[in-house]
Amino acid sequence: MVAARITVNGKETPLSPSAPHVTALDFLRDRGLTGSKEGCAEGECGACSIMVARPGTDKPTDWVPINACLVPAAALDGQEVVTSEGLATAGEAGAPPELHPVQREMAMRGGSQCGYCTPGFVCSMAAEYYRPGRCAHAQPDGEDVQGDEPAVDGEHGPNGFDLHALSGNLCRCTGYRPIRDAAFAVGAPEEDDPLARRREQAPPEPVATEYARDGSAFLRPAGLPEALRLLRERPEAVVVAGSTDWGVEVNIRARRAECVVAIDRLPEMREMRVEADHVEIGAALTLTEIERRLEGTVDGSVPLLAKLFPQFASRLIRNGATLGGNLGTGSPIGDSPPVLLALEASLVLSDADGERVVPLAEYFTGYRQSVRRPDELIRAVRIPLPLSPVTAFHKIAKRRFDDISSVAVAVALEIEDGVVRRARIGLGGVAATPIRALAAEAALEGERWTAATVESAAEILGSQGTPMSDHRASAEYRAAMLGQSLRKLYAQTNEAVPS
Amino acid sequence: MSHLSQRPDAPVVGVSMPHESAALHVTGAALYTDDLVHRTKDVLHAYPVQVMKAHGRVTALDTEPALAVPGVVRVLTAADVPGENDAGMKHDEPLFPEEVMFHGHAVAWVIGESLEAARLGAAAVGVEIDELPALVTLADAIAADSYHGAKPLMETGDAAAGFAESAHVFTGEFEFAGQEHFYLETHAALAQVDENGQVFVQSSTQHPSETQEIVSHVLGVPAHEVTVQCLRMGGGFGGKEMQPHGFAAVAALGAKLTGRPVRFRLNRTQDLTMSGKRHGFHATWRIGFDTDGRIQALEATLTADGGWSLDLSEPVLARALCHIDNTYWIPNARVAGRIARTHTVSNTAFRGFGGPQGMLVIEDILGRCAPRLGLDATELRERNLYRPGLGQTTPYGQPVTQAERITAVWEQVKENAGVADRRREIAAFNAAHPHTKRALAVTGVKFGISFNLTAFNQGGALVLIYKDGSVLINHGGTEMGQGLHTKMLQVAATTLGIPLERVRLAPTRTDKVPNTSATAASSGTDLNGGAIKNACEQLRERLLQVAGSQLGANASDVRITGGVARALGRDTELAWSDLVRTAYFQRVQLSASGYYRTEGLHWDAKTFRGTPFKYFAIGAAVAEVEVDGFTGAYRLRRVDIVHDVGDSISPLIDIGQVEGGFVQGAGWLTLEELRWDTGDGPNRGRLLTQAASTYKLPSFSEMPEEFNVALLENATEEGAVYGSKAVGEPPLMLAFCVREALREAAAAFGPAGVGVDLASPATPEAVYWAVESARSAHDEGRAPSRVGLADDGLPSGTGALSSA
Repeated sequence: MVAARITVNGKETPLSPSAPHVTALDFLRDRGLTGSKEGCAEGECGACSIMVARPGTDKPTDWVPINACLVPAAALDGQEVVTSEGLATAGEAGAPPELHPVQREMAMRGGSQCGYCTPGFVCSMAAEYYRPGRCAHAQPDGEDVQGDEPAVDGEHGPNGFDLHALSGNLCRCTGYRPIRDAAFAVGAPEEDDPLARRREQAPPEPVATEYARDGSAFLRPAGLPEALRLLRERPEAVVVAGSTDWGVEVNIRARRAECVVAIDRLPEMREMRVEADHVEIGAALTLTEIERRLEGTVDGSVPLLAKLFPQFASRLIRNGATLGGNLGTGSPIGDSPPVLLALEASLVLSDADGERVVPLAEYFTGYRQSVRRPDELIRAVRIPLPLSPVTAFHKIAKRRFDDISSVAVAVALEIEDGVVRRARIGLGGVAATPIRALAAEAALEGERWTAATVESAAEILGSQGTPMSDHRASAEYRAAMLGQSLRKLYAQTNEAVPS
Repeated sequence: MSHLSQRPDAPVVGVSMPHESAALHVTGAALYTDDLVHRTKDVLHAYPVQVMKAHGRVTALDTEPALAVPGVVRVLTAADVPGENDAGMKHDEPLFPEEVMFHGHAVAWVIGESLEAARLGAAAVGVEIDELPALVTLADAIAADSYHGAKPLMETGDAAAGFAESAHVFTGEFEFAGQEHFYLETHAALAQVDENGQVFVQSSTQHPSETQEIVSHVLGVPAHEVTVQCLRMGGGFGGKEMQPHGFAAVAALGAKLTGRPVRFRLNRTQDLTMSGKRHGFHATWRIGFDTDGRIQALEATLTADGGWSLDLSEPVLARALCHIDNTYWIPNARVAGRIARTHTVSNTAFRGFGGPQGMLVIEDILGRCAPRLGLDATELRERNLYRPGLGQTTPYGQPVTQAERITAVWEQVKENAGVADRRREIAAFNAAHPHTKRALAVTGVKFGISFNLTAFNQGGALVLIYKDGSVLINHGGTEMGQGLHTKMLQVAATTLGIPLERVRLAPTRTDKVPNTSATAASSGTDLNGGAIKNACEQLRERLLQVAGSQLGANASDVRITGGVARALGRDTELAWSDLVRTAYFQRVQLSASGYYRTEGLHWDAKTFRGTPFKYFAIGAAVAEVEVDGFTGAYRLRRVDIVHDVGDSISPLIDIGQVEGGFVQGAGWLTLEELRWDTGDGPNRGRLLTQAASTYKLPSFSEMPEEFNVALLENATEEGAVYGSKAVGEPPLMLAFCVREALREAAAAFGPAGVGVDLASPATPEAVYWAVESARSAHDEGRAPSRVGLADDGLPSGTGALSSA
């Protein structure tokens, strides 16, 4: 086995002597690449953002920005990483480096004040700069600057730039306007741009990794059978995909594991298939990958998921997070369970002996507990077809970008001739586990879709679960928001006729 | 025009340019204090031993288990302090305390070969305490009569007579939250000791001289044995004005005792749980209006949550009192202030320094009273604006100069924003949308510039010209992103008459410029710019003598512009580098220290009267919001600002300050929520929002969808360097219009003319309850007298509003 190493800004850098739990951020900083910063250590601020070469959607390779503070450096064994230091082109001896187009726009437009968040912003912005789906909208760099053209809307620039690409980056100084202007002003990469060209080649293959030091180990098995055998041998192992949850445990709660097993690159868990009666989504696909692949296939379109993703954490998190992880942690405030409950999804659980299929409604057993055994992996999520046509996802939080739900409500309805034939409602944040609102569903089914029906169902919905008061919201507000979500959906379905 | 404000021909000041470090920021090359660790050999790491109880006496501190942890080098305790065991200017902040005064108070620090070793060592230290009752909330402290520091009283006119003449008198109560600075770079320092025992501390500090002072008194050495340097900060916002000192002293003590470099950097959890924040306030008030809605009298008591030690609470409270008038003339007032002592972190400076709190009280009063008076809130505000030419003074007796600018920015921003037309559009929108309401509001700012404490209003600089004509400047101010260094380079280039590229700036160090004031109170440019200008003028005068003799002219007829000296009316030129070389060979001194003191200030803290401020920074803003009636969620649709920065020294920088300050203010007022465990359980006093995931800063989704900022034109300020005005803090307070627009949008769900109370911060939940109260007025057929915030666990912040 080749000694673990990461290609950083084109230079092979051995992982040793970092401990297996050391984050990519500390790995970089310990080697003098101090551009990436720690602002929060939990994937909220994006000051640590770096770009990683990953399998692409439209081209062989995408430059994908992730939170370096959450990912163990060992998880990047064999991978290619670019930091803010690697974006500028070194100048002649003694001369300043030539700035990357993204860096130039940020610098000239006042996009940096204290500068601490800036390298992270630059990496997130550069990744969006190289996104093939964006480049089609942009003029080549060096042509007329387009920052003064009207934006398509507040969140999309005339150059195709999706502001959600920066939803995982916080700035405390600028108020964001100059950063938005910079984002909406960048053109398309020039033809000889080395990072643009890199997209045309295959990404680095996942590397089977066994990185062990001082009694702890980071392991990346090559295939699913090997991974399942490993979990049977070492039931105490911590399973990680994007490490967006485990990274927080390591940083904030100082947890250390003897054995971490990475499953995010297992090919068996990275497939998406649209069958006649269901869609199967690999549990190790990142949320971004699911989002982009669903966008690309009309048949596979799941509108309720499309409503979920922009509200699910940030782009940086979605680039690492997986459905398997969101369900595996069993958190009662995860954003995907209410949606998947409303979609009546099932989970395919694999162990070394085979597979079983468990309806999501029967999966959670208690606070952060589920029927999944330690030697089992969630291999895939199945969503039955056809989908209910009327859907809504209401996430109640303080912030529209990148916040944790105080309450989340997902609704999927079939309404035929004005009568609700089928109602499925998933709730998060109101109990120890995500739950189905069965009583409210029953109050809707078979009834006419009228204000009176909605009002009585909303009353029932408001009494479901046992919401608590905490720093995010009061119990009263949480309860009120349950009923309001149904009333709001009703108003939206009747929008044409304001009452 | 004053000498101070006058600009020469072709000045470099006034030119829009990016931040001097912008290229370093975007490439990641800019160095912050903790980045130096990776460039320094043999660094040891310090980690705090935090006690997770809000109050108690330490009965035992067992450091032995920590020393057994591999890699632990030493545990620092009170016994190690050679000087004074205190980290505060008020001598009420033991560095290694015997009494735990807030949840997370550090009682010892562990030094380790690695951060991991120091962390494990800190976890191994055994601390036993006798728990004592803890006052966690302002209400707790008020009930227990727990106060510290001064209790100022500000009086003007005759309040009793004013109320007697009032047609309407209202009373009310208002409690509102503080704010976490959340600079992206947490507190950090790196201390080294040289061969002679001299201590060199690199610290992320807004006040290097005071950091030096505390380090020297903790170490028990004179100030000349300690040098403090600040390369730059990753944000400060006041949070690094006084709070860095004790942390730096720990690193310095560790370096002294081990002989090796010692570094600390608080992680975010530590920074949030150990460092002070903006003061939350409680206010009770009584206000009288005449029949036209003009304020006749105001009585109020403001109680600031000072936390466990005084820190800067006294001057913060003083500034709060001095800003309760904001832009409004209050002829008769009696306003008392006091500082609650609670068992929480010691609250400290934060952009605005009490000013925002004082102003929020009056803006909240006007927003609540307007419907009671049957007036539109903007109309009520307009009727009460200070008017020029009437000799109006503030409640502390300072004449309101430039009152005409208060109305000028107000009218201009209304015009820029198209307020009249948009009001009609909003009314039409609201009539057509039962579940969504829009509203706009206009508010203004008048913010006094200068430290209330007169002695702080001085600045120093050191300017060096080398034989090749290159110039190096040093000044006492620190760079935290506000662009001070950019402006100082522009000031130096302007005064010397040379291109900007000729001037470089060296990091802020106490051995270059001594006895500096904090870079605070928005005064950085005024004070340090004045000092740099002064130093450069000394040098320029010397060089003009040299140039005069070279050019065969009287020195007073020589001008240096664009790096070339010319005599008036002649063609001969003398290049800057030749001039400098000539001066060197003529043995003319090519370095100068500059000094500036703000003239015309006086302040009597006892009578609470005087002229503490050199001038006022003025601005006005209009915000339009849209509120979802189902959830209380809202969007900030558009913001227009007209702000007075005098004649801008650096427009790109100033606009950045205006926008950034505004969004930070909007964060304080609408989103950011500090919540403590106020229950009686084992975690009483614990900060619940101690992470970025729970304490939410404004993100892209909170920036105004349309954001128009204009600087007031032809706005020369005679009393400041090159005619400019301070800009750091004032724009934060422009954000009151967001809160007031939310109040009006919530009210729009109720019957016309209904008034609503709104908690601060006005989170979606708070707005939802305001919407509900407005709606309930439909049902009840009357305006509600109070908002139905159901229980004490909810963000309070509102109270009874009753007509007396």
